[in-house]
Amino acid sequence: MPDLWGRARVIQAVRRFFDQRGFLEVETPLRIPAPAPEPHLLPQPAGRWFLQTSPELCMKRLLARGHARIYQLCKCFRRAERGRRHVPEFTMLEWYRAGADYLALMDDSEQLLSAVATELALAAAGDDQARGLASRPKVVALADDAAGGAGVTDLLGATEPAGRPAVAVPVTLPVPGKPGRQISLALPWERLSVAEAFRRYTDLEADEAVRLELFDQLLVEKIEPHLGFTRPTFLYDYPAPLAALARRKPGRPELAERFELYVAGLELANGFSELIDPVEQRRRFQADRRQIRAAGHKPPPMPEPFLAELNAMPEAAGIALGVDRLVMIMLGRERIDEVLAFTPEIL
Amino acid sequence: MYTTSDLRKGLKIQIDGEPYIITDFEFSKPGKGQALYRCRLRNMITGNAFDRTYRSNDKFEPAALEERTMQFLYAQGEEYNFMDNKSFEQLTIQKDLLGDDVNFLIDNMEVDVLLFKERAIGVTMPNFVNLTVTRADPWVKGDTSGSDSKPVTVETGYVLQVPPFVNEGEKIQIDTRTGQYVTRVKE
Repeated sequence: MPDLWGRARVIQAVRRFFDQRGFLEVETPLRIPAPAPEPHLLPQPAGRWFLQTSPELCMKRLLARGHARIYQLCKCFRRAERGRRHVPEFTMLEWYRAGADYLALMDDSEQLLSAVATELALAAAGDDQARGLASRPKVVALADDAAGGAGVTDLLGATEPAGRPAVAVPVTLPVPGKPGRQISLALPWERLSVAEAFRRYTDLEADEAVRLELFDQLLVEKIEPHLGFTRPTFLYDYPAPLAALARRKPGRPELAERFELYVAGLELANGFSELIDPVEQRRRFQADRRQIRAAGHKPPPMPEPFLAELNAMPEAAGIALGVDRLVMIMLGRERIDEVLAFTPEIL
Repeated sequence: MYTTSDLRKGLKIQIDGEPYIITDFEFSKPGKGQALYRCRLRNMITGNAFDRTYRSNDKFEPAALEERTMQFLYAQGEEYNFMDNKSFEQLTIQKDLLGDDVNFLIDNMEVDVLLFKERAIGVTMPNFVNLTVTRADPWVKGDTSGSDSKPVTVETGYVLQVPPFVNEGEKIQIDTRTGQYVTRVKE
């Protein structure tokens, strides 16, 4: 049975996290005329338009209009994606920060996961309704606050009101399917460059793997099984051809400032420093559209209004995090089906 | 022809003239990368298994198999005996060719026997079977271990995880494709 209480708690904790930090929650249209052309994503047509594959382009247009810190929780649609970790309709969290780069998003990610895990641990400690959860984040050290003092300040700087059970972070998460093994959320998390990961776990350099079209397969089969099992891992600095919307690393034009967050081998989030040069962005979109055509598909129309507004966009960083997968990790579940009220097969 | 969107556990395809069954299947797609279809394939004649990763444009030939509805009679050692209810013809399949299906076969059950060049090489099970629980530890009310499942043994000797409220002697429905508990069955 899917744990809908656990799922709701995770989503509430995510909202609370961003609301408390002054992020504006926004909603953008699910149905759009022109998603970003991505060679490996199949958008779902809806009339003459498409259901969004991500809210990315509209979110960036809001940055261009002066909203400096925004987040959104929404549904995204990607055709032909179904597996243990995929459903074609899924829930995405995206957040953007003006005047920041991808390093700031890594810090946000650390704090977000710790905050959500802490809330779940608190709920589990004090709430009978949490019964029935298979395995929850464990409270590592319970500080006794019975004296009713001023409360305990956790790593996040948030002060728990007196009288509630106080949890001292760090919190740990169970490794799904591996009873007894725990992932520590204590800082620092592992930060591993893509180049180093290929050297450590494969026989090829990352750029060679891209050239031989083996990058994705080596990543999935040789690298991902090592990532994020004792603590979460940020895999960062991707070869530039693998980041169509990301900025190149200053002084290292062969790399893009992009990272992925892994927990227990599961890819949880993809973040990057945004490309804000409309000329370069148009050139990359054109190259991607050629690639989509070469694969025998019809590319979506060029997202002209986005390119027009990119002129006004400030330096920024943005990240997309799979909410269903976040729930899986927080509740120690191995299959995405275990955190959804409905899967496509039972509709 | 099958495409990658047809790939799933249990699909039977032909490679180099021999029938293979997909015994494990995983869809993977690294961040904005290409879709990868990782399969574990078992040769349905020799039993040899290997892993292979396919990509979006790959195509597959269906295995040239004939299916015949037969009744499972009994097992004797490693030999599993089946009978055609119309012709009363009987045949035997070796246990290792049946793989995990032996966990769900009970006497008199109807299954589809698979024939490759007129030789029986396996069966297709119904998606769901109802089996009796022959061994289960009682559920202690107020159990605070926090576990939401317990192991039970069913009449074929197969052990699986079920919710704590399932008792000895009850019938449960099992999904033969995953080997997992579905629901309790009221007779």
